[in-house]
Amino acid sequence: MILFEPPLGFLAIATLVTMLTVAVAILVAALRVVRGPSLPDRVVALDLIGLLAVSVISVVAIASQQPVFLDAAIALALIAFLGTVAFARFIEWQGGRDG
Amino acid sequence: MSATEFVAGVLLLTGAAFVLVSAIGVVRFPDVYMRMHAATKAGTLGAGLVLGAASVVFGDLGITVRSFVVFFFLLLTAPVAAHVLGRAAYYAGVPRWERTRLDELEGRYDRAHPESEGPGAPPA
Repeated sequence: MILFEPPLGFLAIATLVTMLTVAVAILVAALRVVRGPSLPDRVVALDLIGLLAVSVISVVAIASQQPVFLDAAIALALIAFLGTVAFARFIEWQGGRDG
Repeated sequence: MSATEFVAGVLLLTGAAFVLVSAIGVVRFPDVYMRMHAATKAGTLGAGLVLGAASVVFGDLGITVRSFVVFFFLLLTAPVAAHVLGRAAYYAGVPRWERTRLDELEGRYDRAHPESEGPGAPPA
């Protein structure tokens, strides 16, 4: 891989910093999934985690110089959206009881 | 350091900053409606900037089109998902922040029958 040959260039450092920041963001969002307190709170945080996963995939595509990963990003974005809508219908159906 | 590399690195770092801010917002904001505001807007912009960095790095028309397709898909679905989820949270009676002063939907929805849309609904 040419990108991570030492000495690291600006793009390599930016890629590493972005990976780290997005990983921290996923952990922070996971804290809201655990803490709740209501089911819609958890679904909002899960939706954000799906979005963060799309960003992780595009950073990995840059880091590994493999643009095919972007196809996985399309599929993941679609599935995250469908999951959020399904959860929203479920919340309307069961009236917001958690658990 | 080439100009492409610089632009891509700046896009990556800006996107990472927006994404982190949206995650902090989801944890720190006091109720579900404000959390949705942080997750939807800042999160979409951050992911879009990172995707833009990918299209700048590869500099190929097919890859640029693909990453823009992902971005426009996010741009189309994020408001729809947030609206559906906000509506569900309101029906489910998720409590608002105690300092929220205005609820314009108060009394306009029949919580027992979500399919009826209140005074403005068309006749069944």
